[in-house]
Amino acid sequence: MNRRALLAVPLGAAVLGGGAFFAMLKGLEKGTFDPRGVPSQLIDKPLPEFLLPGFSRADVVAQKKPVVINFFASWCVPCLDEADTLMKLHQRGVNLWGIAYKDKAAQTTQFLQRHGNPYGRMAMDDKGLVGIDWGITGVPETYLIDANGIVRWRFVGPLPDGAVDGLAKMVGA
Amino acid sequence: MIAELGHFGLALAIAFAIAQAILPLWGAHRGETRLMQAAPALANGQAMALTVSFACLIWASVADDFSVMNVAENSHTLKPLLYKITGAWGSHEGSILFWCLILAWCGAAVALFGNNLPAALRARVIGVLALSACGFELFALLESDPFMRLWPPPENGRDMNPLLQDPGLAFHPPMLYAGYVGFAIPFAFAVAALLEGRMDASWGRWVRPWTLGAWCCLTGGIALGSWWSYYVLGWGGFWFWDPVENASLLPWLTGTALLHCAIVVEKREALKIWTVLLAIGTFAFSLSGTFLVRSGILNSVHSFANDPARGVFILGLLGLVIGGSLLLFLIRAPLLGASGVFAPVSREGALVLNNILLCSITAVVATGTSYPLFADLLGGMKISVGPPFYNATVLPLAAPLFIAMAIGPLLSWKRASLVPALMKLWWVALIALLVGGFCLYGMTALPAVFMAAAAWMICGALADIVERTKLFRVSLGNSFSRLINLPMSAFGTTLGHAGLGVTIIGIAGMSLATQEVVLVHPGETVNLAGYQWTLNGLSDAKGSNYNARVATITVKQDGELITVLAPERRAFTTQTMTTTEAKIHTNLVRDLYAVLGEERDGAAVLRLHDNTMAPLIWLGALVMGMGGLCSLLDRRLRVSVPTRAASVPAGAKKA
Repeated sequence: MNRRALLAVPLGAAVLGGGAFFAMLKGLEKGTFDPRGVPSQLIDKPLPEFLLPGFSRADVVAQKKPVVINFFASWCVPCLDEADTLMKLHQRGVNLWGIAYKDKAAQTTQFLQRHGNPYGRMAMDDKGLVGIDWGITGVPETYLIDANGIVRWRFVGPLPDGAVDGLAKMVGA
Repeated sequence: MIAELGHFGLALAIAFAIAQAILPLWGAHRGETRLMQAAPALANGQAMALTVSFACLIWASVADDFSVMNVAENSHTLKPLLYKITGAWGSHEGSILFWCLILAWCGAAVALFGNNLPAALRARVIGVLALSACGFELFALLESDPFMRLWPPPENGRDMNPLLQDPGLAFHPPMLYAGYVGFAIPFAFAVAALLEGRMDASWGRWVRPWTLGAWCCLTGGIALGSWWSYYVLGWGGFWFWDPVENASLLPWLTGTALLHCAIVVEKREALKIWTVLLAIGTFAFSLSGTFLVRSGILNSVHSFANDPARGVFILGLLGLVIGGSLLLFLIRAPLLGASGVFAPVSREGALVLNNILLCSITAVVATGTSYPLFADLLGGMKISVGPPFYNATVLPLAAPLFIAMAIGPLLSWKRASLVPALMKLWWVALIALLVGGFCLYGMTALPAVFMAAAAWMICGALADIVERTKLFRVSLGNSFSRLINLPMSAFGTTLGHAGLGVTIIGIAGMSLATQEVVLVHPGETVNLAGYQWTLNGLSDAKGSNYNARVATITVKQDGELITVLAPERRAFTTQTMTTTEAKIHTNLVRDLYAVLGEERDGAAVLRLHDNTMAPLIWLGALVMGMGGLCSLLDRRLRVSVPTRAASVPAGAKKA
């Protein structure tokens, strides 16, 4: 091999590595890259059957358009972090529904009054059973269900601000 | 006021660093002596300003000034004084400042001890050190300011993670950082050589002590970290191939290669381009190890405030320092001249083999560490790479390295023959075979092989001394006077190589470790590994910032009292976190190790370990570090070299 080309190998490797790390950092900001996450078993599978006070699986499927479902709770501190982001999603016209996880109705109402209600529809999962069916690891957690009722995307933890554009594009809002 | 003084000190240090980066480099380029002579004073100024700055941070922490955000988030009035001091480098912001401080001290050290360097080279080295420092100091000032005020100040702080409130961990970061940052000096020498476009034997001689110093610190830092995870995390393991552990292992591997490679430059003026690349690569790994850990990309037990925005700033800095130096390498490396030719079987041939193997191990570990990230980025695949991968890939590369370690020092420079060297090692091979055979009685095959390898390495290291003193071939008195006249670096090599052997014994011996998890009532006795472990009782105790539950366990062997262990479970009040405090009784060849678990109906869950030979893992690291220190004390490294084109003295055979 050409000697000069050989000397360029370290630089090339460093540039490639740096580029990859840059992509990862950008992904972390946007919520598309999560090295800690364990993939959800629900991805590309139909939404499991559920019936809660508020809405059911049938209601989601009947929308015939993508729905973003967000698990939250009034007792959850990270949920405060994502309140602004959810509001932005709502303002962008994303069809955002909420499920209050292991929460009391009065406290949920108070929480939404204080921090704003971004949800088109609200359901109560006070026993947390639907959370188990979906396999959530905690709150907040966010799912994207497409027009056919198939789960397409999931995010664990508070949604970063950078995720708004991507989500809005995915649901076509 | 103190915090503002610290803030000012940091800003002042940046001003010094910028001047220190520009003036000496420009002066060296234009041949202006006065500008070059400014370098030491500027380096000292930067070091002093940062020292004041860091002292202010310690002061704020010791004085419980919770109006400083960093102190409020990491300290508490009840935290013991030691951890108030060490907490200054335990937090994210403080550790970055500390990192910069050590880098500034490196500059001052070159200014102080570099009197025998040619003026231009010294100016360039100090300038390059400042060039890399000012970026990171700017990062400390702009993105992670440790002196940020908090208003209104909270009544008390949030306290430090209790796992970090431990003497082992208090001194692990400074050692590790000194090692990481210490490699900035060989890096600066390498960049200076590229700038000058020449490099000779004396370059190798100047770089080696700095590399040795950094290597000793890094060895100690890694060993302390591993020891901490052994006795604080209470899992009984010592190395988990965790990404952050790997991040510290990578510069250690390339640094070890650099250490050996610099000898070839010194003795034979060969392998220059490769040595420069190793110096740059080692510092690049050190930088990535320190900073990528903080970006939230690496998934690990080490947690820092993860912030992708900070990560982008850091990545930019790394790009400038690493990318810039590699670009310079691409442009200027051909000027350093081609390597001299030498026979494959020779001392330098053995050192090349050492480099190839160490760098292959580096490549394997780097691949294993980054592969899950790349798989996730490119294919969205979730993969974790664990010990089976590393065991399967590192061991086959380590084995030839272990074998070569004993043979290499016996080969002569330029041209050697293998057979006489092997003949000198017949008794070493015999001992290794005996040890291996003996170990097969109690162990499985792989650990037995490693015990044999360790015996080979330790005796092989001694064989070098035996050869040099002509032991049993001349009179004992003659041998003794030869021993006294040996250069310190000979003992350094022996200790370094034997130390690795001792560590390998410890690792192989861990395969004999036994453990048992038992539920016992007070008064009950458990038999494990030939010892009788009796739980005497459970009691409550109170520490300054925690409440503890203590189990008292007496360990007896054949009715004779061996030790009393009192493992604790600590509940920290401010952080609402529980830690287990393992207690260990060691006689340096075997650890008796007890952990207190949960309690049920008056009975306690105890985890009891008998870790045979575990202490040797860290003892070996200590011996390796002492080997490094011995080499550092060698006269030759301190004597000034009057002319740059120093040739190898005739008949100088040994490194």
